[in-house]
Amino acid sequence: MSLDLILRIGTKLILPFILLFALYVQFHGDYGPGGGFQAGVIAAGMVILVSITFGLAAAKQVAPQAMVERMIPVGLLIYAGTGAAGFLFGRNYLDYSSFAHDPAHGHELGILLVEFGVLITVSGTMVSLFYAFVERGR
Amino acid sequence: MDFFRTVADHYNYVITIFVMVAGLYIVTSRGNLIKKLVGLAIFQTSVYLLYIEPGKILGGTAPILHPDFTVYSNPLPHVLILTAIVVGVATLALGLALVVRINEAFGSIEEEEIIEKDRAP
Amino acid sequence: MEPIINMALLTMLAVVTVAIIGQRSLFGVVILASIYSFLIASVLVVLDAVDVAMTEASVGAGISTVLLLAALHLVKTIEVLPTQPRLPPLLVSALAGVTVIWGTLVLPPFGTADAPIHRHVVPRYIERSIEETNVPNLVSSILADYRGYDTLGETTVIFTAGIGVLLLLRGTRRRGHNDRAD
Repeated sequence: MSLDLILRIGTKLILPFILLFALYVQFHGDYGPGGGFQAGVIAAGMVILVSITFGLAAAKQVAPQAMVERMIPVGLLIYAGTGAAGFLFGRNYLDYSSFAHDPAHGHELGILLVEFGVLITVSGTMVSLFYAFVERGR
Repeated sequence: MDFFRTVADHYNYVITIFVMVAGLYIVTSRGNLIKKLVGLAIFQTSVYLLYIEPGKILGGTAPILHPDFTVYSNPLPHVLILTAIVVGVATLALGLALVVRINEAFGSIEEEEIIEKDRAP
Repeated sequence: MEPIINMALLTMLAVVTVAIIGQRSLFGVVILASIYSFLIASVLVVLDAVDVAMTEASVGAGISTVLLLAALHLVKTIEVLPTQPRLPPLLVSALAGVTVIWGTLVLPPFGTADAPIHRHVVPRYIERSIEETNVPNLVSSILADYRGYDTLGETTVIFTAGIGVLLLLRGTRRRGHNDRAD
């Protein structure tokens, strides 16, 4: 138990930065490489790292199983809902032009919302896949 | 000299196709289900390369607009492949889940042993 | 310089692929597959596909390796070589490979700017993306806006695959082949 001290402390040190990097990749995705898919996987990687180092129970405190499983449909609904919101303004499905006064800003906002939906679905799916495989082995 | 030029121009495609048929060979010749899935993933990855390679322009840059640059690689294949990668891992997980269930039902992940057990009365 | 780095990385890719074919320990196969994914990510950086490279490095080398290891934990990890002859698959693969390589010879040479792929649709994206969406990263604007339907479909596939895995693995559990339902 004492031998993995460095591993445990190192993991604790690195965890917030992984999450910060995931958020950076998510919200800076409009200006640099990144987006919902990559950020979702990096965020899921953080939970998996917690699970590998501290055990499954600790990981489930960070990301409860019920929560990650609900994230799978919620993200998809955010995406589909953003598309359907176009209808409210008399536009086509997935046309974000009327979300703001300036069509370009509307599109920017729409892209941000859609990427957020992708982030939720991807991270939820990856973490619940990992939980499902690990639990099967117990 | 012309021959070497042709080889240099098409080396990417040759290696990509080699990796592709290596994946095909693993899927068709091996009976281990996990190895089959890895072979399938290799096949899939070679398709990623086949899509991205024609989009590259020598001397161009990554498709992030900036006033200093005018030549960008083609972003359309990047979009298609980006989503394909994440879908690929989701389907790989589905395949692995089936393998785990098959292993629980038959006690083996070798194709020949599974067929033998399935035929036994 | 770019084509040379590209060729070197692709050669390493081919070597790793051959190693995967020959490796019989499944742990070895999984680790080699992870190395393979990292090499693909490096090749993608050279090909200017930075978004895709980031995805491949995190998904291919990260999550798939973890999932494969988690699955290996549940099954036997040494591959048994099949008794059936291996010549027919080899011949079929070689034939398919030669045919497709023959087909690629008519493709435009690597890296040329006037290839047909660069003439259609994409110039408009490059010209109008900032004006229409305010997003300089073309991959983001095409992914979430111009081709939003595609991405909606892909997200649905991820959703469906996730639900499928949960249905397969979260159910009641039965071990051993003897108590198989007939």
